[in-house]
Amino acid sequence: MSFQSNSRYIVTPELALAVNAAITLQKPLLIKGEPGTGKTELAKALADSLQTELLQWHIKSTTKAQQGLYEYDAVSRLRDSQLGDARVHDIANYIKPGKLWQAFTAAKRPVLLIDEIDKADIEFPNDLLHELDQMAFDVYETGQTVRALQRPVVIITSNNEKELPDAFLRRCFFHYIRFPDEHALSQIVDVHLPGLCKQLLTEALESFFALRAHNQLRKKPSTSELIDWLRLLVAEQISPEQLKQAREQGGLMPLFGALLKNEQDVALLEKLAFISKRAAR
Amino acid sequence: MLIRFFLTVRQHGVQSSITEFLDLLRALQAGLVFADIDQFYQLARLCLVKNETDYDKFDRACAEYFAGVEQLDLASLIPDDWLQSSILRELSDEDKAKLQSLGGLEQLLAAFKQRLQEQQERHAGGNKWIGTGGSSPFGAYGFHPEGIRVGQQGSGQRRAVKVWDQRQFQALASDEELNTRSLQLALRQLRRFARTGAAQELDISATVGATSAQGGLLDLVWQRERHNAVKILLLLDIGGSMDDYITQSRQLFQAVRAEFKHLEIFYFHNCVYETLWRSEQRRPQDALATIDLLHTYGSDYKLILIGDATMGPYEISYPGGSVEHYNSEAGEVWLKRLCRQFPAAVWLNPQPNDWWSHYPSIKQINQLFDARMYPLTLDGLSDAINALKR
Repeated sequence: MSFQSNSRYIVTPELALAVNAAITLQKPLLIKGEPGTGKTELAKALADSLQTELLQWHIKSTTKAQQGLYEYDAVSRLRDSQLGDARVHDIANYIKPGKLWQAFTAAKRPVLLIDEIDKADIEFPNDLLHELDQMAFDVYETGQTVRALQRPVVIITSNNEKELPDAFLRRCFFHYIRFPDEHALSQIVDVHLPGLCKQLLTEALESFFALRAHNQLRKKPSTSELIDWLRLLVAEQISPEQLKQAREQGGLMPLFGALLKNEQDVALLEKLAFISKRAAR
Repeated sequence: MLIRFFLTVRQHGVQSSITEFLDLLRALQAGLVFADIDQFYQLARLCLVKNETDYDKFDRACAEYFAGVEQLDLASLIPDDWLQSSILRELSDEDKAKLQSLGGLEQLLAAFKQRLQEQQERHAGGNKWIGTGGSSPFGAYGFHPEGIRVGQQGSGQRRAVKVWDQRQFQALASDEELNTRSLQLALRQLRRFARTGAAQELDISATVGATSAQGGLLDLVWQRERHNAVKILLLLDIGGSMDDYITQSRQLFQAVRAEFKHLEIFYFHNCVYETLWRSEQRRPQDALATIDLLHTYGSDYKLILIGDATMGPYEISYPGGSVEHYNSEAGEVWLKRLCRQFPAAVWLNPQPNDWWSHYPSIKQINQLFDARMYPLTLDGLSDAINALKR
């Protein structure tokens, strides 16, 4: 099985190689990259192309590694014991499998997405070392061992908010998704908005890359923001000429709110526009 | 063969282990790539490099392993007109005018040719010869900003541009100075160090678990509270030569302020004397005697000084050395007092590390701080935080 671009997701050869290596050598793949470069989408596209189940485990700051394995619902058991429920005698009734357990016991080799692992506590990745390495864990309450029937394809994404421990990194393949160039970006847009006017796209991309070239921006607009912006341009029926005019006059592009998410960035661009207008006079 | 490749990669500072090297060999054995050098590059990077800040190091390692010797041969093959067009492309009109007044492009090219002839062998490092990794205006992989790049980019007609030659990840390298993006990373490193606080609070879910395990008998479980107990005392050098580094200091300042609850900030000029100020403007009403500071804050505070430490040596070691007022005690005395009161102290210096040896005052202060002066870069900051944790 190999992973390639399809009608919904454009994958660079580099990324395809990374994914295929992770599938073949059965190791987790750690993906980093600017926000909005399609890290999470990758797992969805991969599950689609392998025609298998996608198990998504979204990590929050309060998530514990144990929750991915299983959870022991002590409160239910306590309540049942007060009510004299017969279920209370079997502890297995109160053990809920987590995402890793589900992935290990799935009938067909699934794709497991561990999304934004950097959001969790710093000890989180260390707690998963053995489980990801051996693909097995013990359930202490019942003395049972859960072992993977087949090793799931594990995709892990990170936004770089915390450094991951070396021991964890050694067990993963690592790929950094670079921001796409103009050619790749127009392919991506084509996938999301088929039939977009070529002229509008060229003008929009030019404005977009000019915007990204400003190094002082606090938050550079990414692919997902570009696509939102293009949708808006189409909806508002902005013509390529209007875009071009705005750019040449050094003004802010129409509907800039979709691209700039920070009032300091907007202020910065307004200032630059003002300076360039004055210089043109 | 690949063992040498692995060693080259490690020599360039990429910390990859044998496990990862074996992974690479396994991937090759599995036939993931075959006889394609670009794909091999990608696969090797996938297996060996685990951090995008190391991508640039890896690129340099590849360049050395695959192309090292090739560079010079290529240089001698470059026709004049290609060089000329390549240079012209990079010059602004103003630069061109300046160049004309200095004798024109021909002379620069002539100098280049002359050096090419004088030079008999491959050369790496240094600042005159054409070679790799130096600061000469001619050569490849160097750091001369305006030099003629030879070999690194390829001529386009003779040789395909190699991926690693583009060095697209240079901006991500971590010994680079702080910028808006890398600020987030710096913050993350500070956060790691901020979690070492300890306190006791009731762990409700564990209590419920333990109670039910005991069949309903109440069993209280306590856990460490996750609050930030670290106390920071930040002293910032302001004005004068620090004006060049104002953005860097401000960025770090903002990062620190967002991160720590117990944070006290004071300002000084050049060196710490008997007075510190609470505001950047250093108005008299904001002044605080340094001796009061020493008495107010306990030695559990961690002291961070940010300053370029670039001044006359007498400003540190002699009474009356201050450039602003007459100080009856030398700056050195005050710095020593600070270090004694706050055993966990570091000095962050925004001056690039390479320049330090040129300023005696930097050496002096570094000695006063027991060599705990670190550059204000991501790596430096991380070292400083480790020093503070000790």
